[in-house]
Amino acid sequence: MQKRIFGVETEYGIIFTPEGRKTLPVEKAIRFLFEKLITTEHFLNVFLENGARFYQDTGCHPEYATPECASPRDVIIYDRAGERILEDLQGYAEEKIREERVPGKLSIFKNNTDFVGNSYGCHENYLVDRDVDFYYLAEQLIPFLVTRQIFSGAGKVLQTQDGVRYHISQRAQHIYQKISGTTTNDRSIINTRDEPHADREKYRRLHVIVGDSNMSEYTNFVKIATCAVVLQMIEDNFINKDFTLRHPVKAIKDISYDTSCKNKIRLENGREFSPIEIQREYCDMALRYMEQATVSDQLRKAVGDWAEILECLEHDPDKLDRKIDWVIKRKLIQRYIKKHGISLEDPRVMMIDLQYHDIRMDRGLFYLMERAGSVDRILSDEEIVKAKTEPPQDTRARMRGDFIKLARQNNIQYDLDWSNIRLGNLLNVRVICNNPFETDTEKVTELVRTIQKTNLRRTSLSKLVIQS
Amino acid sequence: MRVIQEPGRSPLRSAGIWGAAEGQSQKQRGGGGKEKDGAGGDGAGQKKIAKKGEDLKEEMDSLIEEIDEVLEENAEEFVKNYVQRGGE
Repeated sequence: MQKRIFGVETEYGIIFTPEGRKTLPVEKAIRFLFEKLITTEHFLNVFLENGARFYQDTGCHPEYATPECASPRDVIIYDRAGERILEDLQGYAEEKIREERVPGKLSIFKNNTDFVGNSYGCHENYLVDRDVDFYYLAEQLIPFLVTRQIFSGAGKVLQTQDGVRYHISQRAQHIYQKISGTTTNDRSIINTRDEPHADREKYRRLHVIVGDSNMSEYTNFVKIATCAVVLQMIEDNFINKDFTLRHPVKAIKDISYDTSCKNKIRLENGREFSPIEIQREYCDMALRYMEQATVSDQLRKAVGDWAEILECLEHDPDKLDRKIDWVIKRKLIQRYIKKHGISLEDPRVMMIDLQYHDIRMDRGLFYLMERAGSVDRILSDEEIVKAKTEPPQDTRARMRGDFIKLARQNNIQYDLDWSNIRLGNLLNVRVICNNPFETDTEKVTELVRTIQKTNLRRTSLSKLVIQS
Repeated sequence: MRVIQEPGRSPLRSAGIWGAAEGQSQKQRGGGGKEKDGAGGDGAGQKKIAKKGEDLKEEMDSLIEEIDEVLEENAEEFVKNYVQRGGE
């Protein structure tokens, strides 16, 4: 598929640290986060003006799902906008907490692990062609997903039996299956959830739950865009090599442990390759694929970056200390340790590992490095700010975002999900949009106009369904 | 504005095509300061490299100072108490 819908769901860690004896349950802190969102929808589950969804997920985590995006770059803009939206809400929640007179600090982290070994995810969604056999696709993709952490990992200081060690990935320790239907226990690399929020006969949803939440725009872009290239090659039947791993779940943990990225892992056919070598095979294939196939400019750019990253990982990984999350964080920790003459076991190191992901601009260490010009950026602040309120213009999210704005201005009751809009006092008018590429906002404007004219309070418009 | 790569460009020379954002940050970095960039250079070149190295060290020192200003004071306590319910 050359045209594809992308979406990323990010679960955030949240904690309130009291300063006195009085504390605040996390449930209440989350309610404060949602309180500012004026909505007629269900509490703790809201669609935003930019088309995104913000809700409370399993385990009391605030979760933000980007709107449907038509390119990897857009999806990372909207993911980043989610950080800023949540930071605004955090500011409001902090005010409410002060009003309650509970002294303390509210912290929100865009990471994937806590201190005792719980995990919360960053899920990538790719719309894929229904014609491609899902299990074939998954088998082809898994070796790529297992090894890509060498450039997509967010880094983790982890206490192990051998002492404290720096690992490449946050999520790797929490993966137990290749493919499964659950997301909370027996977490897998690929989840079988198939909710395309689109025409089921044409599309299915690929739900990748193995990734780390990224702070670096560069890492985030390369993670999504390289996966899109590999998917396109699989759909086009271009992959002619078999990288099936003998023990993918064990490999994911072994690779996370090996910061040299050069230890060999075994394939099903008995041959052994390092994660760099496996990635290079995929990358070389992508370079050949681009010579003959139609590939978007963004994906071409990503493949160029990919080749460059693998070159650096092979010869001098520190060259990636402005681009790749796990290398940025490692360099920061190394410098901190050296400056203060402390060891990796020092609690301050664990704190750096955590605070790297703090979403408050004035506390988050990643943002601090960004301000100091110590990391590379690919987005501008303007486009991130814009994405907080403006939906993508080239997907269905545009209709949803514009509708929400109109409905709020006109005090119209509504209820939403990804492909439906219900409105009117009895929510008896319904717009169905099964095509995520549809952007026709005229339909929505027309609908709102009709509603205003007919005045649903008095007429009994029994059921109006508009299918697009 | 979207900054994208022109098709057909060699991947290994793609550095710097992220446009303004990257150009700017590279400038801030003050030339990168990788010692081996200038290996085999003349005396002046080596001085320049040493200067670059100092700049980079100063930059890092001030970054670490800034981190110490914002880093959670009760690190041990905070980290141990950071317990979440498992998510998805």
